[in-house]
Amino acid sequence: MSFTSLVRAIARYVFVTFILATGVFAPLSASAETLKLAVTTSFNNSGLSDILLPQIKKDLDLDVQLLIVGTGQALRLGQAGDVDAVLVHSRAAEEAFLAAGYGTHRREIMYNDFVLIGPSGDPAGIAGSGSAVEALKKIAAAKVPFVSRGDDSGTNKKELSLWKKADMDSAAFGPWYRAVGAGMGASLNTASGMNAYIMSDRASWLKFGNKGDLKLLYSGDPILFNQYAFIPVNPKLHPQVKTADVARLEDWLTSPKAEKLINDYEINGEKLFVFNAKR
Amino acid sequence: MVSPVLPLKVRGVSVRRGARHLLGPIDLTIEGTGLTMVLGPNGSGKTTLLKVMHGLERPSEGKISYGLARAEAERRQAYVFQTPIVLRRSVQQNLAYPLELIGRPRDEIRRRAGEWAERIGLGGALSSPATRLSGGEKQKLALARALIRKPELLFLDEPCANLDGRSTRAIEEMLLEARAAGTRIVMATHDIAQARRLATDAILLINGAVHETGEAPGFFDAPVTSETKSFLKGDIIL
Amino acid sequence: MSDIFDGLAAAFWLLVTLEPNLVEISLRSLQVSLTALAVACAIALPLGTWLAVQRFRYRRVTIATLNALMGLPPVVVGLIVYILFSRSGPFGVLGLLFTPTAMIIAQVVIITPLIASITHQAMRDLWAEYHDLLISLKTTKVQRVRTLIWDGRRTLLTAALAGFGRAIGEVGAIMIVGGNIDHATRVLTTAIALETGKGDFALALGLGFVLIALALMVSLITHWLSQTEREGRW
Repeated sequence: MSFTSLVRAIARYVFVTFILATGVFAPLSASAETLKLAVTTSFNNSGLSDILLPQIKKDLDLDVQLLIVGTGQALRLGQAGDVDAVLVHSRAAEEAFLAAGYGTHRREIMYNDFVLIGPSGDPAGIAGSGSAVEALKKIAAAKVPFVSRGDDSGTNKKELSLWKKADMDSAAFGPWYRAVGAGMGASLNTASGMNAYIMSDRASWLKFGNKGDLKLLYSGDPILFNQYAFIPVNPKLHPQVKTADVARLEDWLTSPKAEKLINDYEINGEKLFVFNAKR
Repeated sequence: MVSPVLPLKVRGVSVRRGARHLLGPIDLTIEGTGLTMVLGPNGSGKTTLLKVMHGLERPSEGKISYGLARAEAERRQAYVFQTPIVLRRSVQQNLAYPLELIGRPRDEIRRRAGEWAERIGLGGALSSPATRLSGGEKQKLALARALIRKPELLFLDEPCANLDGRSTRAIEEMLLEARAAGTRIVMATHDIAQARRLATDAILLINGAVHETGEAPGFFDAPVTSETKSFLKGDIIL
Repeated sequence: MSDIFDGLAAAFWLLVTLEPNLVEISLRSLQVSLTALAVACAIALPLGTWLAVQRFRYRRVTIATLNALMGLPPVVVGLIVYILFSRSGPFGVLGLLFTPTAMIIAQVVIITPLIASITHQAMRDLWAEYHDLLISLKTTKVQRVRTLIWDGRRTLLTAALAGFGRAIGEVGAIMIVGGNIDHATRVLTTAIALETGKGDFALALGLGFVLIALALMVSLITHWLSQTEREGRW
């Protein structure tokens, strides 16, 4: 048996086995139209997707598959064409994404807000600060442990922009500043374990189950508002993108029905999102 | 009837492994019918000679040829090892294995395996694991497995070396039967009495070389050289 | 400690009520890992056996490479599979990223060297035992490999089990190539990572116990199967 025919025989053998195996363990995939949407951890952690997705499925017969990642990775997925659209919250990065031609346009959908969490004793005394920047300055002055996402996510970028506003360089901070390079939940777990300060989106915080001694200490500064925007991936770069379905989804997300669902969504009696799409 | 596999010709064959000279040069012809007994002290090259003749080992020099093309000739041979090799399968499956390899029909395989199991007294143990048989039973099984394809040329390497009298007799009876049925047999032993009982002709190997050959009664009763005489008497020769 | 009890309780309730999500996730875990196992065995068992039977020039190098590949970090495998199957990668047109198929491919890459290596070690001993007989019977290479696989099947079961354990407990690679999409590519391990992220330790632990139970179950069934065979036939 020659080498090439041997290789061919092996290839055929592996292929047949693969087909048989995947056939035997029949796939559990859904049959409706599917669409892949990269969303941020905070959006998914809020639980809002559990309300919206079934309704979308009902109204549009569309299975929206969520890829839950940080904003940085979400935009990368869009750039590579591995998803059909992204729903993220980091304006500067979104605009760079559009400028490079990776997306067709940016549609604002809704916003929620970031909050500052810390030990219930509040050793830095940030509760009742005049602004978010002032609160961060107090934390830096007290050199109390602070956990940063450090993962290039929208939340992380927001936090870094606030330090900048406070005229401080987060890269030069001492060991009290811990960049953990993890998602919101994992970072909250870390903060809870170290009893440290942390900035979180409100939804993730409310849904978080391992609060320990942590407490919401500061919120409400308009600078902490967190705008979510929907960006379809450019079909000129990636012809496989389901443009028509993406458009249907965008129409639905900006519809009065979505407005009501988003505005009415509450956790423990607290309103989380404000719908602000322009129609 | 003489098998078309024969004559088996060994021409100028020697075997070396590294610096060690194991065998040769040897010139031999196996032909006709009967049982050729290869005799000799330990290390005289009996096993190597059998393996080379069967094609299990390649000669370093020289040539082996059969009456048929090599591939066809090799299909008509079988070999029984000194320490029986049994497959980790049942008795039935061990007997069936050589027939399965050549794609015989399933009911023929079952029938012949059953017959052979009966002949070696393992008819009631068809489904028991071959690895749990006694040494004698294992060797009988190995011999039956070698005979099941009706080989025209059979090699045996001291098949009774570790067996008691009863098992030895059973093996010898099977060999005489096979010989009568036309299987040409080449067998190594250092049991002189056994050689006398079975051989139609004999070869004495000493230090890897053929020392003396001869037809059966004459070789044992009136050997030519003094070394053969003392070997047959049971003396130690070096 | 209370976390563990909450986890046990959560696991108990999830199991008793056969919570549909849990059932779906568990079935998908099994589907992905068993398929990966089937494919990996189809490659690794003949390959490992062939390496034991066949002498060739780069055999030692091949075996050493195989042993080294056993320690492949799953995350790296995930990343490479991701890059290969991304829309902008060489196999992007297949559209396999973020599907169970991509997860199966990643797991096959991870467990094939492991199974092949264990197979090779087991088959080497069996081959030493059978060598003379199989050569004498003029078996073809394929017949030799088949005979060794069949007669060594109980050791090979262990190899397969080791592969399955590694596959079903793996999270790094399938998180990257599967994307942990609800109702599409979420499996037990990625669900555990997600629930831990939400700080819901009870549910995460519950899923974890289900995962352990699943692995144990498969292991016990396999053990039982080989046991009955031994008693019945051996």
